Amino acid sequence: MKFTSILATAAIALGLATSAMAQDKTKVGFVYVGPVGDGGWTYEHNKGRLAVEEHFGDKVETVFVESVPEGPDAERVMTQMALEGADLIFTTSFGYMDPTINVAKKFPKVKFEHATGYKQAENVSVYSARFYEGRAVQGTIAGRMTKSNIVGYIGSYPIPEVIRGINSAFIHARKVNPDVQFKIVWAYTWFDPAKEADAAKVLIEQGADVILQHTDSTAPQAAAQAAGNVITFGQASDMSEYAPMPRVSSIIDNWAPYYIARTQAVMDGTWTSVSTWDGIGAGMVGIGEISDAVPAEVKAEALALKDALANGSYHAFTGPLKKQDGSDWLAEGETADDGTLAGMNFYVEGIEGDIPN
Amino acid sequence: MDLSAINPVLLVASLMVAATPLLLAAIGELVVERAGVLNLGVEGMMIVGAISGFAIAVETGSPWLGFIGAAVGGAILSLLFVVLTQVALANQVASGLALTLFGLGLSALMGQSYVGIKPPAMGKLDLPVLSDLPVVGPILFSHDLVLYLGIALTAAVWWMLKHSRAGLILRAVGENHDAAHALGYKVIRIRVMAIMFGGACAGLGGAYISLIRVPQWTEGMTAGVGWIALALVVFASWKPWRALLGAYLFGGVTVVQLNLQAAGVAIPVEYLAMSPYIITILVLVILSADKSSAPASLGRTFHASH
Amino acid sequence: MIVLEKRPQPSRAWSMATPLVAVLATMFFGGLLFAALGKNPVEAIGTIFWEPLFGEYAFYYRPQLLVKGAPLVLIAIGLSLGFRAGIWNIGAEGQYIMGAIVGAGVGLAFYPMEAFYIFPLMVIAGAFGGWAWAMVPAFLKVRFGTNEILVSLMMVYVAEQLLASMSLGLLKNPEGFGFPGSRNLQSYASAHNAELIEGSGMHWGVVAALIAVIFAYVLLNRHMTGFHIRLTGEAPRAARFAGVKPARLILFCLGVSGALAGLAGLFEVSGPSGQISIDFNVGYGFTAIIVAFLGRLHPVGILLAGGLMALTYIGGEIAQGSLGLPAAAIQVFQGMLLFFLLALDLLTNYRIRAARKEVA
Repeated sequence: MKFTSILATAAIALGLATSAMAQDKTKVGFVYVGPVGDGGWTYEHNKGRLAVEEHFGDKVETVFVESVPEGPDAERVMTQMALEGADLIFTTSFGYMDPTINVAKKFPKVKFEHATGYKQAENVSVYSARFYEGRAVQGTIAGRMTKSNIVGYIGSYPIPEVIRGINSAFIHARKVNPDVQFKIVWAYTWFDPAKEADAAKVLIEQGADVILQHTDSTAPQAAAQAAGNVITFGQASDMSEYAPMPRVSSIIDNWAPYYIARTQAVMDGTWTSVSTWDGIGAGMVGIGEISDAVPAEVKAEALALKDALANGSYHAFTGPLKKQDGSDWLAEGETADDGTLAGMNFYVEGIEGDIPN
Repeated sequence: MDLSAINPVLLVASLMVAATPLLLAAIGELVVERAGVLNLGVEGMMIVGAISGFAIAVETGSPWLGFIGAAVGGAILSLLFVVLTQVALANQVASGLALTLFGLGLSALMGQSYVGIKPPAMGKLDLPVLSDLPVVGPILFSHDLVLYLGIALTAAVWWMLKHSRAGLILRAVGENHDAAHALGYKVIRIRVMAIMFGGACAGLGGAYISLIRVPQWTEGMTAGVGWIALALVVFASWKPWRALLGAYLFGGVTVVQLNLQAAGVAIPVEYLAMSPYIITILVLVILSADKSSAPASLGRTFHASH
Repeated sequence: MIVLEKRPQPSRAWSMATPLVAVLATMFFGGLLFAALGKNPVEAIGTIFWEPLFGEYAFYYRPQLLVKGAPLVLIAIGLSLGFRAGIWNIGAEGQYIMGAIVGAGVGLAFYPMEAFYIFPLMVIAGAFGGWAWAMVPAFLKVRFGTNEILVSLMMVYVAEQLLASMSLGLLKNPEGFGFPGSRNLQSYASAHNAELIEGSGMHWGVVAALIAVIFAYVLLNRHMTGFHIRLTGEAPRAARFAGVKPARLILFCLGVSGALAGLAGLFEVSGPSGQISIDFNVGYGFTAIIVAFLGRLHPVGILLAGGLMALTYIGGEIAQGSLGLPAAAIQVFQGMLLFFLLALDLLTNYRIRAARKEVA
């Protein structure tokens, strides 16, 4: 007998056993790339897990393993969860993509959900959030609030997700303030609070009075607070401990509604493989309260944009838009397709500097 | 590209802040290595210091008590290293690595309830007139007090090693522990004190990150600074003032590259990030002409066989 | 008063017994830790040590022990040769990364051509990558007398930056939608280090690790070079009289350990891991140092130590999943295990005696 079929049989046998023993208890597994105490990416996914527990109470059992390196270790952790009877497994980092596909092949009965990737399968869904919609709101506030007309942006690695955010923020900042400039620094790390603090300080020293960050620690918030007249936005979590100044608003990763809905689908037997890319409308991207440091009319404008993005009447990438090199990208009224957005590797017109590599 | 956007005064001032955790940890390790002990557990002691300091500062509301707690926390952890290498005579390389592993885990357990909390702020030096001077003011007179402590510590260690009897004995122990023993010095006792001093300094360095430079607590937040501190000690060829210089250079590389990026200069970030390590290797090669630079007993186990 | 008295020879009995005592002590203190965290200590310890070997799903975990343990053993064997001779390569992590980069680079250069000789070429390239990286500290030590501990450690950071650069640049998957990371070698048959027997966990890296154990055993016990290594470690002066050339020994030990670390990286990237990515290295190079010491620098000991480390990793993950133990608690547990093993090693080399107070 081949190994995969042994695994499958074991899983089926176990599936029968557990359903016989614990009737309708659905087991949901979560694989985290960082520690649940990272205060950012993993912290928010774990909040989603806790929301699932709270919502379903006794009907669900959740398990998680934290700080799982991408690669063979991730594959083993997923297999372990599947063997121990998980019905649904969320794998919450881009680097888990190939491991998820591999394990999913061995356990056709178990449902998998991979965050931020692009490989789908019969029993593997992919999901991600349209954080760039939140960036549009931030860009608007940034463009209105800046006095120096210099907005600093801390990027992690030059990948589509981050570039998309930069473009979205820039487009909307320029829309309300044609003189605005972006200064972009790449930290080349997902997580290094000290370096993020340095990056924020450098940007502030070079004249930026708005700091946008695509890294998860509160270090830039603290740097802005120390500097005084600089505003920031919470990233991943609300970071409300820095409100009302410097943190004037935030983008919140809110995975809870999605996790609850998908768990429900497994319980109901209605789960199918889907590709979900939700934004503000579906509640996956939350806009943290806009603080009083923002003038009322700017706040109103930002909220109007948020509503337009939420109800679908406006797309954050709507033409006319040109690429950085001056070539046409989107015609008047045309909106960007998801494929281009997913693989975005260019700046829009007006941003200075080159994307590294 | 707009290099004029870089303000050299502010650059130097923030470079000094970036360098301080490195300097604190490196000065401690320098003393340890001068005593002939190689403790690779700096990262572990730093992170335990970072959370000890953070927790105590949050609970008491006093950053100063936090820093004291960090020094104590780092020193206590270093006692484990003492037990392993000085009492049980275990290999120093392996013990140091084990200490880092243990420290990273321990700090995460200690810090579970401190995620997402803002620590009490540390005051900055604010001297009338002096702090407001152009150029000199921001660079010399308007930092937090711990930064000055780092420099003071460098001076103190330099003086101790160079001019005091204690320093002489410490160096003798590091150069040739058998001879030092024969002269009647308590090799083990001196080394234990050096290791604990190193632990306390590493703890201070960690707390500088969690209480001043960032400030927040997150797991693994020292992100490799302890390893760089190890490199720095070598770079400094075990001399305190060179460690200060090196800390500014190492810390400076990050700050300068971020500055260049922000000014729109296209630089290969990864290659610049390698440079401190390559420079350290070059320094090692240059130093090799001077055979006396490294403590001769570095990393060797001492056992008095009477 | 208690004094330590150096044994004329390491005690065989204690060198066998200390690992057991250490594991028992760790179980006890680890159990206290788990109890303090509100978990059932017996269940937690049982999960970590029993489940992967004899639990319900041992059929899956046992092969995984090979996958996790093989790189550790392969690297640790190489390191142990140098450690025995007092040559300290602690930069295996960097050599591991370079083996993976060079090996995967050669494989990817052939893509999408299928040919039998691609994988062997990658193996050679991987070993070469690690060897070349280790030659830097080796050459500098021989030529300038620089400290190899420090140089090899520095080279780790250089390699990590190169890895990031490669994942984002040269080796980036052109069909990866701009995400960092190379093509997955698992889906490139000629470059894939697949399991030799499906479900057994046996891939070429495991085979290489076993060969390395035998090779090291024979080398140390039957070969002149092995004799020189042991002699240099135990009596450097005598070694010089016996005609040992230190420079050659340094180049040999660092070269072999580098090549083996490079091989480990290559087998990992072409097999279990599949691709070059920013976070490809997970610390095998550093853990292997610990494994080498746990194994008392003896080939068979290293084999067992590698297995033990792999067991705590895998058992630890199971305990996280099924008991909700935090990852940090597992880390502390592993740290404890190392402390006890290192501390108890004392008993192998020294006798503890209750001595009368010396009369001066």
